[in-house]
Amino acid sequence: MPKVTFVDSAGTARTVEGRNGQTLQELAEKNNIPGIDADCGGACSCATCHVYVAEEWLEKVGKPTGMEQSMLDFAENVTANSRLSCQIRLSEPLDGITVTTPESQH
Amino acid sequence: MLEGRVVVVGAGQAGGEVAIQLRRMGWQGHVTVLGAETAPPYQRPPLSKKYLAGQMATDDLWLRPRETFAEERIALGTGERVVHADLDARAVTTGDGEVHAFDHLVFATGSTPRRIALPGAELGGVHVLRSITDVDGLRPALLPGARLVIVGAGYIGLEVAAVARGLDVAVTVLEAAPRVLARVTGPEMSAFYDQVHRDAGVDVRTGARLEAFEGDGQVAAVRLADGQRIEADVVLVAIGIVPDDALARASGVHCEDGIVVDADARTSAPGVYAIGDCARRPLVHYDRRLSRLESVHNALEQAKLAAAAITGAPRPTEETPWFWSDQYDLKLQIAGISAGADRVVLRGDPGTRRFAAFSLAAGRLIAVDAVNAPAEFMAGRKLIAQRAEVAPERLADTSVSMKDILGAG
Ligand SMILES: Cc1cc2nc3c(=O)[nH]c(=O)nc-3n(C[C@H](O)[C@H](O)[C@H](O)COP(=O)(O)OP(=O)(O)OC[C@H]3O[C@@H](n4cnc5c(N)ncnc54)[C@H](O)[C@@H]3O)c2cc1C
Ligand code: FES
Repeated sequence: MPKVTFVDSAGTARTVEGRNGQTLQELAEKNNIPGIDADCGGACSCATCHVYVAEEWLEKVGKPTGMEQSMLDFAENVTANSRLSCQIRLSEPLDGITVTTPESQH
Repeated sequence: MLEGRVVVVGAGQAGGEVAIQLRRMGWQGHVTVLGAETAPPYQRPPLSKKYLAGQMATDDLWLRPRETFAEERIALGTGERVVHADLDARAVTTGDGEVHAFDHLVFATGSTPRRIALPGAELGGVHVLRSITDVDGLRPALLPGARLVIVGAGYIGLEVAAVARGLDVAVTVLEAAPRVLARVTGPEMSAFYDQVHRDAGVDVRTGARLEAFEGDGQVAAVRLADGQRIEADVVLVAIGIVPDDALARASGVHCEDGIVVDADARTSAPGVYAIGDCARRPLVHYDRRLSRLESVHNALEQAKLAAAAITGAPRPTEETPWFWSDQYDLKLQIAGISAGADRVVLRGDPGTRRFAAFSLAAGRLIAVDAVNAPAEFMAGRKLIAQRAEVAPERLADTSVSMKDILGAG
């Protein structure tokens, strides 16, 4: 059961437990995590589930697919740590991951 | 004034969202959401995609767990149909006779599948697809080798065709119009999807005239006006929806094929709002013409607009309408509304299964249909919102990036 820490834009952290195979966006939704809208419900079509992956986790999370990268290219406030949380699936190696949510998705 | 009672009729995508948005915008008063279905607010898009394919658990359809509504002090009454709304007494009544008084009322009643007026339409095995219950009725019939006839080649019909082919079901699609997706997209996209489905083994018949469903208790065949008889074990009728505006109309609110609202989701009655599939709204990017939109984006956006109007919070800016459809390995992403286009520009080669069709009217971009082409979709959304004039030759030229076109737009 991988644990995930979501840090909101004000710096408040919340750690919740997910299950393998679940996406970060689904986990956030189940736990009423602020800052993730996920308008399309994980269909990689809205870019409103944007999160910043903590530096030390970037490598483990891996590179975005071409589809995700293209969506991110046109999203707001994108950095090298940006990912779409609906495209990150939880697994044991991601146990303990920290991501920051933006102040607003729009 | 952030106090008072808000009652929301309908606990779907729009109804659930307006309740949550009211809290985000600081509403302190009572919020009650009454929904006829027993499920909490859920996502419908997977019903014709992953959920139908059996690749998604029912729990994963919920937009938010029930606990979130409780945490946000939202009274979520599921399995409660509102049968009467009295705008003078400012109260609604449910089927169980419960009365809920309101200061603000939000209609979020969604829509229902259009029925087909043909002999045999009531036979067993003739389905529609709108709710979890509908999927639960349809899915057990999608067995390998079963014969499925889909009436209507809109997004839902074609998505179900794709899922059913994946389950080794024999699929026939009957469409009255001369091309598939005729109501929602241009001839280029229609031709592409027609071919995609034929390649996947779907028997696509456009210009089809249905006469009757035949069978003894259970559907066995569909009869066409030209005398053909197509044998069927199961039939899906997917010929569009009608807005659920009867309750609002009976209460005296102005309706015209949908509950007519202004840009802030206000109906003709003070303190009464309508959002989502049931509403007919002015489209700010399209000369404010009144239209119904049947999409998640529309439901969420109007939910925010209504919450802002009720709380007095700053109103969110409307975005370009958008939509998506998953069929086979193809992700179609659509921004804008192509009706009224005077020119269509293709970017990329449909043969590569990665291309986009841009619709223009008087030189401005009004819509983009992008197949496996997210950059075209995302840039298109922005260009449409800016009401940008875009040079067609640049759109057609894949050596010019969408970022450059957006920058110049
Ligand atoms: C199979 C399918 C696939 C779809 N795919 C996509 C897609 O890929 N992308 C996209 O953007 N959109 C898609 N849509 C459309 C999208 O789901 C709808 O536009 C959206 O659900 C509209 O939200 P709503 O809240 O207005 O209506 P709904 O979600 O339908 O909710 C309305 C609710 O109100 C309830 N209700 C009605 N009358 C009463 C009453 N009197 N009292 C109490 N409750 C009442 C209904 O039972 C219903 O639960 C799809 C729809 C379907 C059916
Ligand atoms: S939820 Fe829409 S892109 Fe992730």
